[in-house]
Amino acid sequence: MSSNPSYTIRIQSGPFDIPAETARLTSGRADIGGIVTFTGLCRDEGGRLKALELEHYPDMAEEEIARVAETALARWPLMGLTAIHRYGLIKPGEDIVLVLAASAHRRAAFEAADFMMDYLKTRAPFWKREHLLDGSIGGWVEAKAEDDAAAARW
Amino acid sequence: MTKLVYFAWVRERVGKADETVALPAGLVTVADLLAWQQTRGEEYAHAFAPASVIRVALDRRHAAHDAPIAGAGEIAFFPPMTGG
Repeated sequence: MSSNPSYTIRIQSGPFDIPAETARLTSGRADIGGIVTFTGLCRDEGGRLKALELEHYPDMAEEEIARVAETALARWPLMGLTAIHRYGLIKPGEDIVLVLAASAHRRAAFEAADFMMDYLKTRAPFWKREHLLDGSIGGWVEAKAEDDAAAARW
Repeated sequence: MTKLVYFAWVRERVGKADETVALPAGLVTVADLLAWQQTRGEEYAHAFAPASVIRVALDRRHAAHDAPIAGAGEIAFFPPMTGG
């Protein structure tokens, strides 16, 4: 875990607590006007998925997400920024990723959260593999060109 | 010596998560390194055959295929990322 007054990055196997993470940004201050919270969940893919397995590059993941966070902080007037990404086996319906972006006004918070997610998807070293309901291990999820296109917007 | 690390299907095809090797002289760029990997046997040829899709990180930073590899102590190879 690393944090400075402006951002928090965590890579963890267990679940995260969204109200607690929100409180961490707002406690002791009253200048924040809005927090955009994005939670990415594991889909069941039409009922065929038992779990997603997320492999990651531990040493690089935190460093890379921190670089993305620093870019966001330089670009938008944020009052807090949190990114938490889980790894390991995650079941349908469970949370995978959390981004919180706090600012005095909503536009910066919406844009920064959107940017963080586009960059997390295309730059954070995580790879998903499907575990299927019939007990077999499916293939690695393929990267989508639309995710690259989304990241290129910024 | 240089530590090479592999992830996801690159790791599976190579058959190991990491290894420490003496890189041959004459490898200048990431592209040179990928071409060398293809020559190291069947598993490597399979893992690195689509060299254009392989992503590389030099000391835990993303690197383009034309980037110089000089000085890197840990070089990672992996497919395009699918986190988030």
